[in-house]
Amino acid sequence: MDHIVYVAMTGAREVSRQLAVVSDNLANISTAGFKAELNTFRALPVVGDGAKTRAYVLETTPSADYSPGVLRATGRNLDVAVRGQGWIAVQDASGKEAYTRMGDLQLSVNGVLQTGNGLPVVGDSGQIAVPPDQQILIAKDGTVSTVPTGQGQNSVTIAGRIKLVNPPQASLVRGEDGLFRLQSGQPAPTDENASLAVGSLETSNVNPADALVKMISLGRQFDLQMKILSAANDNDKAANQIISVA
Amino acid sequence: MMRSLYIASSGLNAQQTQLDVISNNLANSSTTGYKKGRAVFEDLLYQTIRQPGAQSSQQTQLPSGFQLGVGVGVVATERIHTQGSLQQTGNSLDVAINGSGFFQILMPDGSTAYTRDGSFQLDSQGQIVTASGYPVQPSITIPSDAQTITIAKDGTVSVTQPNNTSASTVGQLQLATFVNPTGLQSLGENLYAETASSGSPQVNNPGTSGTGTLNQDYIETSNVNVAEELVNMIVAQRAYELNSRAITTSDQMLQNLVQIG
Repeated sequence: MDHIVYVAMTGAREVSRQLAVVSDNLANISTAGFKAELNTFRALPVVGDGAKTRAYVLETTPSADYSPGVLRATGRNLDVAVRGQGWIAVQDASGKEAYTRMGDLQLSVNGVLQTGNGLPVVGDSGQIAVPPDQQILIAKDGTVSTVPTGQGQNSVTIAGRIKLVNPPQASLVRGEDGLFRLQSGQPAPTDENASLAVGSLETSNVNPADALVKMISLGRQFDLQMKILSAANDNDKAANQIISVA
Repeated sequence: MMRSLYIASSGLNAQQTQLDVISNNLANSSTTGYKKGRAVFEDLLYQTIRQPGAQSSQQTQLPSGFQLGVGVGVVATERIHTQGSLQQTGNSLDVAINGSGFFQILMPDGSTAYTRDGSFQLDSQGQIVTASGYPVQPSITIPSDAQTITIAKDGTVSVTQPNNTSASTVGQLQLATFVNPTGLQSLGENLYAETASSGSPQVNNPGTSGTGTLNQDYIETSNVNVAEELVNMIVAQRAYELNSRAITTSDQMLQNLVQIG
């Protein structure tokens, strides 16, 4: 069989993998705070004797698209969205610090502030526990204050401050649980300038037009690889006929 | 088979759930004391198919790997317990809560349920019951000869009777609050049940400890915002279409592949 078959085969395989990435972005088009996964093909030329005719293709996901999504007002006092760049620090399943933009916060049964999927929010001194009070207010800088039960509206206690970070984007990686972490594995320092929009959620930053066009283009690219495969098949058939005549 | 098929089908499922929640909200846009629901999505786990930093030759490394998410999942359909607006009805047994408390209701099986729906009625014994006939706790019985019923902001229920110039107190309504009202389980009939994640109820008189005050002659309307739901519906419909488009594309690719042989 000619090399052409294998080159076209990797082309088709990597195209279908990229379609999987695009589909995942589309599937998460309504996930609050979701960051689209960027993807790109990379050429892998085969280096060796003879003419350089073979370059295999490799699908890679260099990083997430960190551009902010649209802020959608919900009016719920525990919905927060990070304005501009920045991240909300949460504790992942192993108790380590990780970062998310998903700000649909809730209280656990013990009054601990947590995300919608149950990860405790990291405060300036550990988790933020809110007593069963009358009102919970989250300030722009992440300060969580409450009006204690049975006291006047002007007596306010501070339960803690949500840790907001803004590490350089190049140093972030997405973990297998969808949370972001520093490549070094160390916690990022608090960023005093990061701010929250309270009563809003950030929508997914997936661009549907972009994804749709990419999907159509990938479909055509796949067809092209199939054409090459059938051309290789025809070539082989023709060659076999010559042999059988002789 | 192609991964994109399964990934896009998780997207279809999510949008279907979203539409279910929106429909339920719209259907209950006139239900007294109804709290709107919201579907919460999260990205499912990611598979690292190729680690960044793998060798591309003996001297060189790949600068970026290949990480693939496997779709979307519905984490929860949570209730948003924002205050609904108060609507005057003039019915003296309509009571709206302005605050975060819940009325306590005795269920037929002896358990306690909680509700924001204060459109009460009287049963044949004069007991205050919900529209479904479940008695309000603590139980309050209105004497049969009562001429007017007054429910004060602090929950005191008093009646005036013939031949008696002063009102007599017949009971006290109490309200329960929860640490995490989002964690309450919906039972239907405007009722909620306590769960492990809502925390145990703190029962207090209205107007104390953040329970909220009572407003007689008012009901609390549903907090569903119809305009918001319609916009959400458009988004859900388009997102559904996009995901089904991903399935069509994958299908066409497979069809092309099969035709080669």
